Formats: sequence, structure tokens, C-alpha cells
Amino acid sequence: MTEFQEWAYTPKVKEHFMNPKNVLIGDEKFDADGRGIVGNIKCGDQMLMMIKVDRAKNIITDCRWKTYGCASAIASTSILSEMVKGMSLEQAYKLSPKDITKELDGLPEHKIHCSVLGDKALRAAINDYYAKTGQKDKIEKEAAKVVCQCMNVSDTEIEHAVLEGARTYLELQEHTKLGTVCGQCEPEARKLLEKYIQKHFG
Amino acid sequence: MPNKSIYLDHNATTPLHPEVKKTIINSLDDFGNPSSLHQFGRHARHLVEQARAKVASFIGAEPDEVFFVGSGSEANNTVLSLIPCDQTNCSCMHGHRRQTVTTTIEHPCVLESSKCLGKRGGSVTFAKVDPTGKVDIEHYKSLLNENTGLASVMMANNEIGTIEDIKTLCSLAHEKGALFHTDAVQAVGKIPVNVKELDVDFLTLSGHKIYGPKGIGALYVRKGVPFCPLIHGGHQERGRRAGTENTLGIVGLGKAIDMRTVEMTTEENRLLKLKKILKDGIEKNIPDIRFNGHPTDCLPGTLNVSFRGAEGEALLLYLDLEGIAVSTGSACASGSLDPSHVLLATGIPVEEAHGAIRFSLGRDNTEEDIQYVITKMTEVAKRVRNMSTAYRGGKS
Repeated sequence: MTEFQEWAYTPKVKEHFMNPKNVLIGDEKFDADGRGIVGNIKCGDQMLMMIKVDRAKNIITDCRWKTYGCASAIASTSILSEMVKGMSLEQAYKLSPKDITKELDGLPEHKIHCSVLGDKALRAAINDYYAKTGQKDKIEKEAAKVVCQCMNVSDTEIEHAVLEGARTYLELQEHTKLGTVCGQCEPEARKLLEKYIQKHFG
Repeated sequence: MPNKSIYLDHNATTPLHPEVKKTIINSLDDFGNPSSLHQFGRHARHLVEQARAKVASFIGAEPDEVFFVGSGSEANNTVLSLIPCDQTNCSCMHGHRRQTVTTTIEHPCVLESSKCLGKRGGSVTFAKVDPTGKVDIEHYKSLLNENTGLASVMMANNEIGTIEDIKTLCSLAHEKGALFHTDAVQAVGKIPVNVKELDVDFLTLSGHKIYGPKGIGALYVRKGVPFCPLIHGGHQERGRRAGTENTLGIVGLGKAIDMRTVEMTTEENRLLKLKKILKDGIEKNIPDIRFNGHPTDCLPGTLNVSFRGAEGEALLLYLDLEGIAVSTGSACASGSLDPSHVLLATGIPVEEAHGAIRFSLGRDNTEEDIQYVITKMTEVAKRVRNMSTAYRGGKS
């Protein structure tokens, strides 16, 4: 028996959707040390992340955000803004979409992309901080190339999936959700799958 | 659950009319198979034929021109699959016309099934619409030719409510010798529809959009028009649709039509007034909006509004928390990030299509409900815009 769904998403998502934390409201003044904006309104979501950094301790002390997007996007940014407070820049830099969805007790597969924008915006804000404070050497170039546009899966993630055991296209899809929306990336993904299998296990 | 519950999604589906509910409950024991010759069968047959006569008379058809199907989607698929026909020795002589003309704003069940024709040796072209959602007659005309077997245009659009000029579109198709189908699922029972006046060859209608049950629809097929069933295997519905008749659904649809006959005119006038209150209220209280669809040739209860700088799903779910049920123009919630194909076809900017909300009113809605909706909509729009990167108080 499937249970009646009290709401469209998990209670955690609902909680953060109903009472989003750390939103930059209207004309609120917030002297950010780093600011990052990612996404595009045309695609349906856009996020702005602003962080305050304690330079001596190298930790994020406060943050504010704005989001144009659906309920999952709002909840993802809200929970992320709670997670990063008190976190070291290095730790925050490594946060992944998976960490966000885990905190939210999960998102439906087709909403995963909403959490992807959150961590991208955060990294953009940290990069901005690094750039402003003369620490450009710390900026990791996002060398990864996006293969699957729909589910935002990069070649590095495909490599990761191969390392975790994916050997067939189907297994790759199970690991990354790649190619599950429009399917356009299938030929390229199959090539990369072969390439990484050869590289690591060939 | 919130205290209020205001349902403004009648274009998606409607609650059963209390009279329909009563009729169905009273028929629960009428289990006979309408094809059986004994008394049980004859009784069920009588119920089915009574309903058929009601549906037929409501749209100006003969009873033997109407048959029952499982849904509006089934009716549409049935018609769309007629062209192209691969039978070489078919008596209908229509098979050589392998092209279908439809529009960019049809329901997905028409768009998808017509795309499927391409894989079966046919071809399909899509007529454009103007910014109000009306079919671009010149473009439509240019697509029709001697290879066109069928033209299919919806009578009223489910998302923006725009009512098409079916009579003109139909006669243009007939001039080229093509058959004409209209998906009138959103129109029948909301605006007057007469198949003879419109001169259409096929018409689709559905039960659950007009306070009848789900799982029942009807297809009108003009007498003498070539027709092949989609579901083969039985003599039911004069060989046009195999499968034992859904007696309860049919009885429910018949009663729903009865009630529409009585209530439609007064009820739709009332909805038109309510919609005006809603429209004026939104316009007065919320800046940076756009009303989508046609200002006058529109379903009485349908209002589609774009809220600039706000995303549709967020608006919908905040309204849901206030007990108000609406629908988005965007299909974000259904797994695709693409905004509504209908709104995009009308040429509105993608950003505005993402922020569209459809209110579709119905017989349970009161003026008090609408006032509450205006208040809550104003709050919710403000709330979503306040945290949006894409809204700067009219400057965006």
C-alpha cells in the first residue's frame, strides 16, 4: 500500500519552503565578503548566494540568498544556508548536491537539479571571496564538462560512477541519472563510459 | 490540511455533481451487460441508449453518431490514428491522403499521437497561433492541401481558455477535401456546441470536465464519414469501440449532460462575473502581471496569469498551503523544466511562461472564495517575489 502524501515533497522540504532561512529580503543591507549567482531565469531557476567570512578562522559566519525557482529550489537553498554557517571554506567548497538532498530527506529524481544550483552558487560565492582577497590560487577551475544537460552530469561524475562500479549504460544511469530526461547525451555518455572503463580497468 | 479548501482547477477535473452522484449510486446494481438479450442486459442497454440520446441531443447530433469511449484522450487517439491508413483495399478511399494538420497548442494527447503518425508513413504539420492563442488562419490555410486527410483543432484551450473559430477552420479543411476533428473536451458543457452548425466530422467530449465521472468520454462521428476503430474485438458501440460498455460511467455522463442542459447558461454567466472579480482584484493588487489568452473569446471560468519574477510551482505550492488549488502553466512539477508549450506557442517570453498560474472556476466557487483568493494571491506573489533573484519591484 502506498501512503497518502501529506504534501508534494518531504516534511523537511515543506518546513524550509514554508519558513525559508536566511533569505535576503527586499532592500536588506548585507555586506557580503563573497557573492555568487548561477542559473538562468529562462531555464526556470536562478540562485544568488552571499557569504560573510571570518578571515582569521577561515569560516563562513553568515549568509543570505535569493532564489528564483520552484519549491525544491527554495528549500535546497534554505537548508544549504543553514548548513554552511560555521563551516570552513574548504569544507563548504566540497559540499555536493547529494549532501543537500540528504539533509532534505530526499528530493524526487526530477528535482535533483534544484539542489545542484545551490552548491554551484555557494562555490561561486567562495570563489568571489577568494578573488577579492588575493587568494586566486585557491579557486578550483571547474574543469568538468557537463555531458547530460538535463540532469547536470559531468564527465568527472561519469568517471566517478565507473570507479564505483558502473560498467553498462544502464548502470551508469542508475548511478548518475544521466540521460533519463531527453536522452540526447546517450552517444557521448557511452563513449565516455568506455573510455573510463578502459582507463581504470582496461 | 489548511482550514479553507477552494478548488480552482476545474479544467483539470471537476467534482461529481450531486445529482450525478445520486444517479450513479442508484445504478450501482445495474450490472447487466448491455449486449445480453435477457432482462438484465436489456435494462443496461436501455440505460446506455438513454444516455446516448442525451449526449447526442446536447451537441445537436443523432444518437447513432455518438459512441462512448474511455476518455477524451482515447477519442482523440482514435481520430488521429485514422490518417494515414495503410489498408490498400479499404472502401473509404481516404487512405491516399496521408497528411494531418493540427496546431501548436493542442492537448498532448493530440500532439503526441499526431507525431506518432510520422513513424507510420504519414506526416503532420502544426499551425501557429497568435499572441491570444487564436489559430493563425493564413498559416493554417497554407498548410492545407490535397494531401491533407485530417485537420484537428481544439475548440477551447485547456490552459488559456481561448476559443477557436471552429466553423471557419472546419470549412477551410472541407474546401480541400479533408476531414475535420475538434477536441471539444474543454468546450462542451461550458459554451454552446452544435456539430451540425459547426459542420465538423468528429468531435471529442469528456465526462469528468463537466461534473461527470472519470473514465468516460464520447466521440461524435458524422454519419457516412470513413471510420476505423482503435480498439478491435467486439461488436459493441456498433463495432466502433470494442469492450463492454462502462454502464456506470455512461449513466453518469448522461446525468452530467442533463445537469449542464439545465445549469450551463446561468452557471457560466455567474463564472464570467466571478472571473471578472478575480481578474480585477489581481490587476488592482498585484503589479507586473500579464493576462494570457484571449480577452473575450475565452472559456467563462478560465483565467491564466503570469506573475513576472515569480516561479509558477512555488506560487502553486504556497497557495496550496493556504487551501487554494490552482495549476501552473509550467510543467516543472511533472518532471520537465520546459514551460507550457501553449504559452510558448503564443509567443510570450519564457520567463513569463515559467511564472504562469491557471485559475479555472467552477460551480462550487463563491464570491467569498474569490475575495479570499485575491487576498492570498497578493500575499503569495509578494512573498515569492521577495526572495526572487528575478524581481526588483517593477524594475525587472
